[in-house]
Amino acid sequence: MADALVEVENLKKLFPVRMGFFRTLVSRKQLFVHAVDGISFKVKKSEIFALAGESGSGKTTTGRLLLRLIQPTEGKIIFEGRDISFIPEREMKSLRRKLQVVFQDPYESLNPRMIVETIVAEPLRVQGVHNPKEVSEKVVRALENVELIPADEFLFRYPHELSGGQRQRVAVARALVLDPEFIVADEPVSMLDVSIRAEILNLMVNLQEKFSTTFLYITHDLALARHICNSIAVMYLGKIMEMGTVDEVILEPLHPYTRALVVAVPVPDPTMARSEVVIKGEIPSPVNPPSGCRFHTRCPSYIGDICRTKEPSLIHVGGTRFVACHLYGKEK
Amino acid sequence: MSAVLQVENLTTFYTTLRGPVRAAENVTFNVGKGEALGLVGESGCGKTTVALSILKLLPSNGKIVRGKILFEGKDIVKIKDKEFRQEIRWKGISIVFQGAMNALNPVFKVGDQVSEAIKIHEPRMKKEEINERVAKLFELVGLDPGRADNYPHEFSGGMRQRALIAMSLACNPALLISDEPCTALDVIVASQVLKLLREIKEKLNLGMILISHDLSIVAETCEKMGIMYAGMLAEYGNVMDTFKKPLHPYTQGLISAFPSIKGERTRMVSIPGIPPDLLNPPTGCRFHPRCKYAMDICIKKEPSWWNVEKGRYVRCWLYEKG
Repeated sequence: MADALVEVENLKKLFPVRMGFFRTLVSRKQLFVHAVDGISFKVKKSEIFALAGESGSGKTTTGRLLLRLIQPTEGKIIFEGRDISFIPEREMKSLRRKLQVVFQDPYESLNPRMIVETIVAEPLRVQGVHNPKEVSEKVVRALENVELIPADEFLFRYPHELSGGQRQRVAVARALVLDPEFIVADEPVSMLDVSIRAEILNLMVNLQEKFSTTFLYITHDLALARHICNSIAVMYLGKIMEMGTVDEVILEPLHPYTRALVVAVPVPDPTMARSEVVIKGEIPSPVNPPSGCRFHTRCPSYIGDICRTKEPSLIHVGGTRFVACHLYGKEK
Repeated sequence: MSAVLQVENLTTFYTTLRGPVRAAENVTFNVGKGEALGLVGESGCGKTTVALSILKLLPSNGKIVRGKILFEGKDIVKIKDKEFRQEIRWKGISIVFQGAMNALNPVFKVGDQVSEAIKIHEPRMKKEEINERVAKLFELVGLDPGRADNYPHEFSGGMRQRALIAMSLACNPALLISDEPCTALDVIVASQVLKLLREIKEKLNLGMILISHDLSIVAETCEKMGIMYAGMLAEYGNVMDTFKKPLHPYTQGLISAFPSIKGERTRMVSIPGIPPDLLNPPTGCRFHPRCKYAMDICIKKEPSWWNVEKGRYVRCWLYEKG
């Protein structure tokens, strides 16, 4: 097995709930949103690792924690063998050369007053590359790598002159310009039209093959994850429910939640039997997550008190697969 | 199956300072009782314009330039706004709007918002009767009638979407338009809502138009589908045949751009280029700049609405003869 580039151990992030003045007088306890509540996983070098889940499951928070855009409450983030979870911001800055991000919405993430050249060159400037020749060489190369060809034609355009797909390419170029090892792509295609979505995703796969860049792909779309990722972790209310290679997890899901998710994805084939929804209700509030297994309130294969009282840990069930459910393993 | 709605050559333009935006042109389809039509297309292709034209809810700069919209045999383009409002909107045709999160008024109780439509359209109805109807509607869409006194913020996303569906059914319409019913909802909740829409359609024998950018939703919910591109219908036919053998190159591209969670892992295919600007659409076939089969005639002349076989139409020179 290849080495892990990023390793996460028992990572936690709690956001304090802001309360009004009187509420703070009355209630003694500070409430927290358990956005990420003790997760562990490994991202191997040069793979595309998908973090999937419904909204509110903590996938974006995890992505931001890995880049240290927010401070973890607890736990370890190990990047290239080094614990970066609590290192000071000054050291982090030089590390950010290797850790980059592509945000969800290309209509919001590019400064409308900057031309493409300035946008893509900005990370270089921040990291202290000032030689104009070197900067412009790198910018052109980054644009070519995202297939904005000829690069000269795009250098002096403003974001509003570009289409959604082109904007997202500029965002990818900005992430690439520093030759990073690891890119967090947070729902990079959810704002794009179907016919151009594939372009951006294929671009990610190409970059992975060409430069063996490692990606953390945050998504709610399991069908897309299946086609471009190698491994996947399914999150629910801040916990990882199931993890393994994409084919295994999606074709033979073990956890009842993953099963429900897979069934709920509509299939673009009218001859397939219509999917029956097996679970009811919606994701509970992360402020006060259910006791025991977080999924027990909606679980179709609830097996008794153990689900309500004891939290299942993420156990290894052979091969590359991990699952957190009392149906499996010796924890019964 | 008798048609509830027949749309013929519907053409809607928006006037802007830079000239007319040709948002929908020569759109022709029909919807029968108990039948669902899916309108699919990318953003800006005119799906919502078609819906708003049918409901006569176009913004002030939008105008139906040509065409007929026959609802139960009556041309609603010619009907006066006041009559349309009193007789057809909500009682005959209603809509579930996009964006469940923001479509409800946050300062009114959900039950009151649902009953508002009943009060306006049936002013002689007694209060108890209205409350009874609201309770029934809540049950129909799978909400607890006891929650009619809640405010929208006490509802989750899925519940709000259900409340909107209840609202659209308040005056027993014959045709329900639902505009992107699943955006902003999670997969599981979305599939619950789709199941609900299917059940309601069967139970009340409604005609339904489902507007979506997601082919797979249409594949699972509808009997017929129309694929729109740049303001025109590119292809129209029943869902089974269209998926089995898509005719228009755009439909083919769109279907292969859609990954399926089942089946082989494949590399996704995209359609090169971007959708055109409707202020100044390409000459001839509007898809020709992105089409891999483009011929000379495609650039010069617009293809006609060609009847390929019974119930299947396509607008493409590859099929048109003569």
